[in-house]
Amino acid sequence: MNAARPAANQMPKVHYLNVDYGIRSWLFTIDHKRIALLYLGSITLFFVLGGLFATAIRLELLTPAGDLFESETYNKMFTMHGVVMIFFFLIPSIPATLGNFLVPMMIGARDLAFPRINLLSWYIYTLGGLFTLFAILSGGVDTGWTFYTPYSSTYSNTNVMATAVGVFILGFSSILTGFNFIITIHKMRAPGLTWFRLPLFIWAHYATSVIMILGTPVVAIAIALVGLERLFHIGIFNPALGGDPVLFQHLFWFYSHPAVYIMILPSMGVISEIVCCFSRKKIFGYSFVAFSSIAIALLGFLVWGHHMFVSSQSMYAGMVFSILSFLVAIPSAVKVFNWTATMYKGSVMYNAPMLYAMGFIGLFTMGGLTGLFLSTLATDVHLHDTYFVVAHFHYIMVGGALMGYLGGIHFWWPKISGRLYPEAWARFSALIIFVGFNLTFFPQFILGYLGMPRRYHAYPPEFQVLNVMSTAGASILAVGYAIPLIYLFWSLRYGPAAGPNPWQAKGLEWQTSSPPPTHNFPETPVVTEEAYEYYPGAEAERV
Amino acid sequence: MSDQATTLAPQFEGLAQQKESAIFGMWVFLVTEVMFFGGMFAGYTAYRYRFHEAFTAGSDHLNLLLGGVNTAVLILSSFTMAMAVHSAQLNRRRALIVFLVLTMLLGSTFLGIKAVEYSHKFHEHLLPGPAFQFEGADPQHAQLFFSFYFAMTGFHALHMVIGVALLAIMTWFAWRGRFSAEYYNPIEVSGLYWHFVDIVWIFLFPLLYLVGHHG
Repeated sequence: MNAARPAANQMPKVHYLNVDYGIRSWLFTIDHKRIALLYLGSITLFFVLGGLFATAIRLELLTPAGDLFESETYNKMFTMHGVVMIFFFLIPSIPATLGNFLVPMMIGARDLAFPRINLLSWYIYTLGGLFTLFAILSGGVDTGWTFYTPYSSTYSNTNVMATAVGVFILGFSSILTGFNFIITIHKMRAPGLTWFRLPLFIWAHYATSVIMILGTPVVAIAIALVGLERLFHIGIFNPALGGDPVLFQHLFWFYSHPAVYIMILPSMGVISEIVCCFSRKKIFGYSFVAFSSIAIALLGFLVWGHHMFVSSQSMYAGMVFSILSFLVAIPSAVKVFNWTATMYKGSVMYNAPMLYAMGFIGLFTMGGLTGLFLSTLATDVHLHDTYFVVAHFHYIMVGGALMGYLGGIHFWWPKISGRLYPEAWARFSALIIFVGFNLTFFPQFILGYLGMPRRYHAYPPEFQVLNVMSTAGASILAVGYAIPLIYLFWSLRYGPAAGPNPWQAKGLEWQTSSPPPTHNFPETPVVTEEAYEYYPGAEAERV
Repeated sequence: MSDQATTLAPQFEGLAQQKESAIFGMWVFLVTEVMFFGGMFAGYTAYRYRFHEAFTAGSDHLNLLLGGVNTAVLILSSFTMAMAVHSAQLNRRRALIVFLVLTMLLGSTFLGIKAVEYSHKFHEHLLPGPAFQFEGADPQHAQLFFSFYFAMTGFHALHMVIGVALLAIMTWFAWRGRFSAEYYNPIEVSGLYWHFVDIVWIFLFPLLYLVGHHG
């Protein structure tokens, strides 16, 4: 569909990108679309930074001996990889970029309910990022991204304080984003846009926002208390002063498990949009997909103890958390089945966004099923803190969240930039990423099953073959990420104009010009039909 | 309604939608605050259950009189805050300013009394850390009680400081005549925040000061 496009498409004369120029027009903008691009730039920088740490990790693990870094340095590498990727890339990734850009457009609003707070959230993100960068540059931090006490509060001599302050500050940017989405979705829907006509992307972002506002404050207080312990020697988590380090784990995972759903739910929203568009079919079981997002958000709050099966947590608590963790698999599987059923007998087109979506469905299924191994008490005792866990959560976060993010960036790139990306390159890089990803992380399942523990810089020689495979896969993956970075920039200048709706997609965001004007719609749209009114036979009307 | 253009932000369809969004927004924000304090309340509850004796002994060292006076001061400030919102509704600018200033004064009184209490604890070596001294059966867990005491009342006091600053800004706006009977969302929203911070204290006071005083 990239070839033989009629030359009729032209960029609109005035749109949000050229309405005014200069650095001030960006740094003081309150346009949700420009703020989305500010976020896009910042998280891309952090993604590259986190990728560099990942590269360091994979290089060290190329050989069994710990020959590239000291073990202390290696501890810092995986800590900073985790902190940067989770807090500064994955959590803001889709909500702060695509969500910021699309939530108002999809519901037919001119902006979010609180545009200044939206800009504030980016500044808070940047401030938190600067603190963390300072921590990294001034020697790094080695606690692991989990900041477990009492090591983090009492013993670690690295820059825990600056990192903790950075993560604490960052939390408020995600609270403000979630807060803004909730108010906007409740109060600013266009006439006729009832809850059950909303795109599933909106449902997913609503569920994500609920987690953001309920979970993030709890990790904020947990990290603040760690800070107070380091500064003032209060002892809430310190056994020497009567406290209990396991309380920290409870507070930390009360947020950080739901945070996994902050990362994956928006991706699921993206996948619902892409699958419907490129199957030319209405979603199978709209209300099931919508409510499964809410169910995941709510159940996600009740499973944090499955990270603590081998802490001193009581056996009975462990059993309850195990059962509850199994329950989360139900709404997740509902989504996978419904996407598959949507594709069934649809007119499936293998455009790049669809390739990412299909990659997501497969990899997320793998990640989800291996999660069941880990929520089984007895199996978890064997697999806890091994590479099996590392592989499991990378299948969810990279195979799931990141594939959804890239799919979404491609799908809405024509809307964001007004131009088409080169389709052939995009399909090629989607395949490269899929292959590279599996080569990187599948061997880690086997390594973990064989008993290789995570977070060590050296390992027994018999694990070397699988580790070399993993490092080779990581290099392929890096190439796969570099290609879109290049051609998306290229397309900004040389890509053909996309026109308002290059995919013939449904949804309000496609009814306005690409790129859209500052207030999105010339006049407030009125919605008269349900979401995804696609018809499989409608191929003929298309170009 | 000539000033609608200045008070209605461009993203909203009308003043009613704007007001609903502002008030709903504050409630959602307060949910995050509940979760923020909730983490400490949960930890406090767990430890108080496990080390009840030590927590009772620690609680006996708090000054019930000063804590009680502070509770009364805060409840009174909630009343003056409610009157401020009421005055804004009725477009009474002078009364609005008077009640905002009264609320700020009461809030500052609370903070002053809190500072006196903190300095007493400091002189009695009840500040957790190397200098902590406690005559009692279980000094270790009494120290834990004081860790919670300072963390919880400290974060509450921080919220009070933010509240007083917020009301100072609102007083400035009211002075400049920015509010009217149609548009007083910032006052109403600040009022919600103020009441919330009061309510946190209403929970903190019995939990911290009255551990040994029930039954």
